[in-house]
Amino acid sequence: MAEAENTAPTTGGESSRRDFLIYGTSALAAVGTALAVWPFISSMNPAADTLALASTEVDISAVEDGQAITVVWRGKPVFIRHRTEENIEAARSVDVAELRDPQTDEDRVKEAPWLIMIGVCTHLGCIPLGQKDGDPKGDFGGWFCPCHGSHYDTSGRIRKGPAPLNLPIPPYAFLDDTTVKIG
Amino acid sequence: MYTPPTWNNKAVKWFDDRLPIVTLMHKELIVYPAPKNLNYWWNFGSLAGIALVIMVATGIFLAMNYTAHVDYAFNSVERIMRDVNYGWLLRYIHMNGASMFFIVVYIHVFRGLYYGSYKAPREVLWWLGIVIMLLMMASAFMGYVLPWGQMSFWGATVITNLFSAFPVVGESIVTLLWGGFSVANPTLNRFFALHYLFPMILFAVVFIHLWALHAKKSNNPLGIDAKGPNDFIPFHPYYTVKDAFGLGIFLMIFAYFVFFQPNFFGEPDNYIPANPMVTPPHIVPEWYFLPFYAILRSVPDKLGGVLAMFGAILILFILPWLDTSKVRSATFRPIFKWFFWLFLADCFVLGYIGAQGAEEPYVTIGQVATVYYFLHLLVIVPLVGWFEKPRPLPESISAPVTTKA
Ligand code: HEM
Ligand code: FES
Repeated sequence: MAEAENTAPTTGGESSRRDFLIYGTSALAAVGTALAVWPFISSMNPAADTLALASTEVDISAVEDGQAITVVWRGKPVFIRHRTEENIEAARSVDVAELRDPQTDEDRVKEAPWLIMIGVCTHLGCIPLGQKDGDPKGDFGGWFCPCHGSHYDTSGRIRKGPAPLNLPIPPYAFLDDTTVKIG
Repeated sequence: MYTPPTWNNKAVKWFDDRLPIVTLMHKELIVYPAPKNLNYWWNFGSLAGIALVIMVATGIFLAMNYTAHVDYAFNSVERIMRDVNYGWLLRYIHMNGASMFFIVVYIHVFRGLYYGSYKAPREVLWWLGIVIMLLMMASAFMGYVLPWGQMSFWGATVITNLFSAFPVVGESIVTLLWGGFSVANPTLNRFFALHYLFPMILFAVVFIHLWALHAKKSNNPLGIDAKGPNDFIPFHPYYTVKDAFGLGIFLMIFAYFVFFQPNFFGEPDNYIPANPMVTPPHIVPEWYFLPFYAILRSVPDKLGGVLAMFGAILILFILPWLDTSKVRSATFRPIFKWFFWLFLADCFVLGYIGAQGAEEPYVTIGQVATVYYFLHLLVIVPLVGWFEKPRPLPESISAPVTTKA
């Protein structure tokens, strides 16, 4: 403080040079601090080993018409449903333009009977019911999320309730007739 | 003006000369002038401070036996309950302490709303209080995740997913919070680290809160400025005794829950280990979040719901300017007083709705209550301040007493 008092009554030229130095130093310090924060924040993002847990292979030969199984991929449930003719019919007879998140059923599957999607409600992340026979399936015969009441149809598209988007489709490929690789 | 005492004890004098902390405590805790008419609603500030100390004390000892790993967390808490000496006591105090802390703080806040303590010159004090409330909520939320039961897991999932509602950056924020693709081990680890940190920050903010309080002194039930020595009494012994009495009652109620109803505020589902593949049929947050949860669910749009929920608290920051009345205490505000009670009732309705399923008639009631919450703060409070004719204010705090005599 004593120094500040000493330097206060300087003439215009000197004080503006001093101001310039102070602003410059402060700006540099601010940028430097911001850069130093980066590794800290970045360390919170998924680590290399977490990212490496990338793919799962599933044998689907035992899943009969109308049945479904749930497998784990990246710590999340993946729904694999062997859809019936009626399921597919119901999904394809919808007027896409009326959907909240418009998508045709054809865009959501690679082979019509097999609907493969991430079983995490796009509202706030609960797991919708509808995989087991006795589960409530919602107003559209697909899945129902008990948390805040989102209804999904037989193509896993959002039809009613607070969720904004359809159930997401993970990257997957059929390796042969009975094996599918997710991720 | 304050004149520091001369310390007779040589050691005290020596120390105080080098660090004037004894003088500081004398000034702020002993002779500190407090309005002489404070009622029992003024006990809740010191109670909140003590609740914080209790939380930190029990928390640190719990942490000595807790393991922040998805494979061990649940069992380490069960071990605390069964095997660790007095572990059950530490945990039940910590668990119920969180509820007690919120009860006390909510009463403290509504005290402020009734007596207009948020108005000039205490706006900064009020802001700091809201910051404290937000930090408490964050701490409690992360603490509830630690035992890694079903409610821990699904509460964490739903709440962290709230951030995904924000356009563009939402998903990245959620991944950053999780440290993965779902709530998992990295999430539990960082929540433990932050659950340890936040109460310490809370301590610091409480100190600044008290600093702001001591700069402008306490408001009082009459809401008028205390003027002159006649209106003040020294904090010690008058309010130290009053606070101690209140503390005794508080601890009795607290102990009742700890020893006789330890799981009253809890959810049985949290004694089921977390299962990322199954959502419990009825997930509810802890009771102290229910009103906000009700607001979240009342808005049929994801982002809208999230904004309304955060807005419900953030809006309190501008309350000092929304309230256009110069009169602080509701005692002298015949119309505002009724709206105050209505607002309180509305918060209870929201709390009730937050615990119900997403079905009629609860959805509609929740929407009406949500609209009223914002209507009160944004429309009613400014308008009432404008139109209401307040009752005449007393001359001074001592006036009603001295004129009667
Ligand atoms: C603002 C103060 C605090 C609040 C509101 C708070 C809240 C909570 C809550 C609600 C739980 C869950 C209790 C349960 O259901 O089992 C919890 C657990 C826990 N807290 Fe805190 N806490 C606070 C301070 C602390 C501090 C300072 C520590 C020190 C490290 C701590 C350590 C723990 C531990 C180890 C657990 C897990 C054990 C258990 O679940 O009982 N807490 N906390
Ligand atoms: S999480 Fe599914 S409806 Fe909210």
